[in-house]
Amino acid sequence: MTYLWAFLFGGLICGLSQLAFDKFNLTTAHILVTLVISGAILEGLGIYKGLVSFGGAGFLVPVSGFGSSIARGIISESKRLGWEGLFTGAFELTGLGVTAAVIFGTLAAIFSRPKD
Amino acid sequence: MADKLLGKQTMRLKSPPVITARATVVGHREGEGPLGEYFDHIIPDDLWGEDTCEKAERKMMEEAITRTMEASDLTPEQIDLFIAGDLLNQIVTSSFVARQVGQAFLGIYGACSSMTEGMALGSMLIDGDYADHVLVATSSHYQTAERQFRFPVELNIQRSGRAQFTVTGSGAAILSKQGKGPRITEVTLGKVIDLGLRNPEDLGSAMAPAAADTLLQHFNDTGRNVGYYDLIITGDLAAVGATMFADLVKEAGHTLGNKHIDAGTMIYGANPRFKAGGSGCGCSAVVFLGYIMKLLEQGRYRRVLFMATGALFSPLSYQQGESIPGVAHAVVVEAQ
Amino acid sequence: MMDKAQLDQMRQYQKKVQDKGPKPPMLINFLKAYLIGGLICLVGQGVFDFFAKIEGTQGETVATTLAGMILLGAVATALGFYDDLGEFGGMGAAVPITGFSNSVVSAAMEYRREGFILGLGGKIFSVAGPVLVFGILAGFVVGLVKALAGGYLF
Repeated sequence: MTYLWAFLFGGLICGLSQLAFDKFNLTTAHILVTLVISGAILEGLGIYKGLVSFGGAGFLVPVSGFGSSIARGIISESKRLGWEGLFTGAFELTGLGVTAAVIFGTLAAIFSRPKD
Repeated sequence: MADKLLGKQTMRLKSPPVITARATVVGHREGEGPLGEYFDHIIPDDLWGEDTCEKAERKMMEEAITRTMEASDLTPEQIDLFIAGDLLNQIVTSSFVARQVGQAFLGIYGACSSMTEGMALGSMLIDGDYADHVLVATSSHYQTAERQFRFPVELNIQRSGRAQFTVTGSGAAILSKQGKGPRITEVTLGKVIDLGLRNPEDLGSAMAPAAADTLLQHFNDTGRNVGYYDLIITGDLAAVGATMFADLVKEAGHTLGNKHIDAGTMIYGANPRFKAGGSGCGCSAVVFLGYIMKLLEQGRYRRVLFMATGALFSPLSYQQGESIPGVAHAVVVEAQ
Repeated sequence: MMDKAQLDQMRQYQKKVQDKGPKPPMLINFLKAYLIGGLICLVGQGVFDFFAKIEGTQGETVATTLAGMILLGAVATALGFYDDLGEFGGMGAAVPITGFSNSVVSAAMEYRREGFILGLGGKIFSVAGPVLVFGILAGFVVGLVKALAGGYLF
């Protein structure tokens, strides 16, 4: 069942983003930044966790999930360490992914060429 | 009043220079388009065996020049002047190719209007008795333009229906004081016109006002109208820009109708993959030098107005919220 | 200096460009984005369930899921078809975390031509930068507010 919600909610977030892109002439960067900030705020309000437990990857995979993961790391580390956690927590959950992106990117650059 | 100046912006060439040789080299997408058979050489892929697409673009311009020289009877030393421009920062393609050409060099930048800017300049120098033979060339390349103006090639972008696709192509031509071939009889140099358009995904609409301005000025200066020409070819307003251009010209009382075609819409045909059509210096250059010149030589057209248009913005200017000014230069080419 | 007539002419022309040009088919684009985005999230759900069995905490599952999706996006970019996904699905390809990965990997592949250090190294985050920067900024502010409210800042 979670798979259905993942599809429905994940698709919805993307579909609404597309509407915003077409209607308001926004750039992709503007939309992604809005989503990532929203994810962080909703995580701070305690809402995003609930969304993920219901809609699973439908909320985790869109880049708002990335924002919520950054916020989640910062919140948990700052609870644990105090103010230093505000600085150390950002990559607690996302570090794996960002590091992976750099490594895969470099590998791809070594072994692949942009296609025509 | 200067002797050969007509009206405000048109120069009459009293000894019209002849387009004695030309050649075009294009990428595989252009080769697969409706005009494929008219180009002299089609490269197999964007890199053409080189490490970078910038090197490939230079190789294309060199190839176009080599073939042009072969088509003429001239030795390299007989070229008095080399005029070239392209889209890359500091027009490096042209400057680096100029090393091989080895003769006096004038680099020009007119964005996609470079071909007619070069032809106009070369014609005036020949008519003014300053040169016997002038070599003019331009080029553009899809990947080099994308990475300079926009995004990495593998990035997921959705292009709007107004967007244009930079043509991978280079055209070169030799203008001579004497010889056989179509001749350039007048040139009209354009003003920069900016109606405040900001969308880099719709360059055609940004350039259309400049094209209209130059054409109307040309008609004013010469006293001619649409009927004088068999063909008015613009480069590259593409689908959206061409409509805007025709409208603007109509508002001033001239109906273009079937006499107007645009290199941007012709190079890829109506293929929706390429959205509104082609753009880039190479677009108008290869369409005119490859296709239109052939029709002029065959006598299918007698009098053609060739007007290339350029969008004079930089990657930084539109990020800083500036609008996109346009310019258009026209040359009148008459069959022998 | 621009007079009123010129400003009017500009406005008139800009309006005409807006009205006369092709308009994006919003419904079709919405559906395409929905489809592609939904499918990618479906795959993400599979990845999540896979890691949930292996990882100890939910936090670790989240981290590995994000990384797994980033890997998939990277592979799709390296194989050259993620841009086609974007051409078709628009935001459906840009919004999922695979879009982030695509922006990093495509930049790496593109700019390596200027060398690994200055080209790849210098520009690898050129497209993804805003997402990282504003994610961090937003997370920081949210965390700060919570810490102040919760009294555990110091």
